[in-house]
Amino acid sequence: MASLFLELWQAYLWPLILIILKIVAIVVPLLVAVAYLTYAERKVIAAMQMRKGPNVVGPFGLLQPIADGFKLFLKETILPTASNKVVYLIAPMLTFFLALVAWAVIPFDEGIVLADINVGVLYLFAISSLGVYGIIMAGWASNSKYAFLGGLRSAAQMVSYEVSIGFVLISILLTVGSLNLSDVVMAQKKMWFILPHLPLFFIFLISGLAETNRSPFDLPEAEAELVAGYNVEYSAMPFALFFLGEYANMILMSAMTSILFLGGWLPPFNLAMLAWIPGPIWFALKIAFVLFIFLWVRATFPRYRYDQLMRLGWKVFLPFSLAWLVITAGVLQFTGLVPK
Amino acid sequence: MSFINRTARAFLLAELVQGLACTLKYFFFKPAVTINYPFEKGPLSPRFRGEHALRRYANGEERCIACKLCEAVCPALAITIDGETRADGSRRARRYDIDMTKCIYCGFCQEACPVDAIVEGPNFEYATESRAELMYNKAKLLANGDRWESELAARIEADAPYR
Repeated sequence: MASLFLELWQAYLWPLILIILKIVAIVVPLLVAVAYLTYAERKVIAAMQMRKGPNVVGPFGLLQPIADGFKLFLKETILPTASNKVVYLIAPMLTFFLALVAWAVIPFDEGIVLADINVGVLYLFAISSLGVYGIIMAGWASNSKYAFLGGLRSAAQMVSYEVSIGFVLISILLTVGSLNLSDVVMAQKKMWFILPHLPLFFIFLISGLAETNRSPFDLPEAEAELVAGYNVEYSAMPFALFFLGEYANMILMSAMTSILFLGGWLPPFNLAMLAWIPGPIWFALKIAFVLFIFLWVRATFPRYRYDQLMRLGWKVFLPFSLAWLVITAGVLQFTGLVPK
Repeated sequence: MSFINRTARAFLLAELVQGLACTLKYFFFKPAVTINYPFEKGPLSPRFRGEHALRRYANGEERCIACKLCEAVCPALAITIDGETRADGSRRARRYDIDMTKCIYCGFCQEACPVDAIVEGPNFEYATESRAELMYNKAKLLANGDRWESELAARIEADAPYR
């Protein structure tokens, strides 16, 4: 009996507890980062618009995200009578869940990754494609014309930009020769991919804005014509889950950008002094930099019109990334740099 | 040539970079212009037309003589006055009501007043929790006058040279 329990403990329970601890170690800092991303967004945009931003709750307003979260937690969850209740409540959970689940394959340092699978890039691509379901379900289940139009737009937009993101990923994979995200980072030891693939970096960044429904591509929640788009009927915790999901997706997109183009956890130059700073800190700094670009863009540009958005996705990014893929393949073939 | 120029500018994101440079400049070099409202307040003109008040003379006697000029001039019909003759023979208002939900803050009442009794003061923070609280009566207006008298007198003095 005792030996059976010991075996059960060693073979199943202890690894399970270890995995749960690892998940907590990823999710808790992520949620704190999401909370302070909302704070950073308000502060950065305020500074760009000559305002102060939140500065009342706590020193420099640092407790503002906690106050906001607490407020949303205490509010009433309103279920519209005409809505499909089950789908209506599943939609925000799905968005939030998908935003968190993608972090399983993100490597924070050499060997520090929850699931070191060999199809990491494919997994991320699949999860970010699934993200559209939360929004479509919310738009449909709300049974409101604004939410419905927001959901439709979001679906069309995310599908369009996924195509060019896919080609960008393929170009990177050709230069790496592996779908494992740790291998992608290690392949950038000599040179970050932002240098040879500079145009792709911009395409990926802009498609990332569209993919996370961020300004200037925030058509699904265009307040000027759709009130708040797909989340118009949501309140309290379901709304908070959408909000957390959107910001967690932003952080995920930034993490992907850092891994694919900015060398993940690697320091900028191969110097002993810079290598002394641990990898996760470099990774966090790079994510913060890309996130700053997200906020910066939001403070700068007006929203795209729907037809402009579609034109950019299908008639500019798609041909360009496709051509770049062919050029990459050709250059690798003729210089004999094709990874084994 | 202009085609090449245009295409190059579009592909190098020239306009977008210009815009981003502008916001980045503001981010680093422009100080916030925000007034920290409940703690700091913007300047007010002596002619600012805020909450109403009924003033008194220095000896404590109320100024209003119920001439009803303000009631007559009020374009929103917000003022209601009943006059009476007191035992000492002076004429005073028995009732002086202002419906603050009707008032359009035009300031005609204080222009019409021959004795500077009804004035619009500098106070603009008198939001209430119920509509009923915005039906001001004479007691409320006189209390306002007592509360703001020093500022009201200073405002009238400051504006006097321009009248």
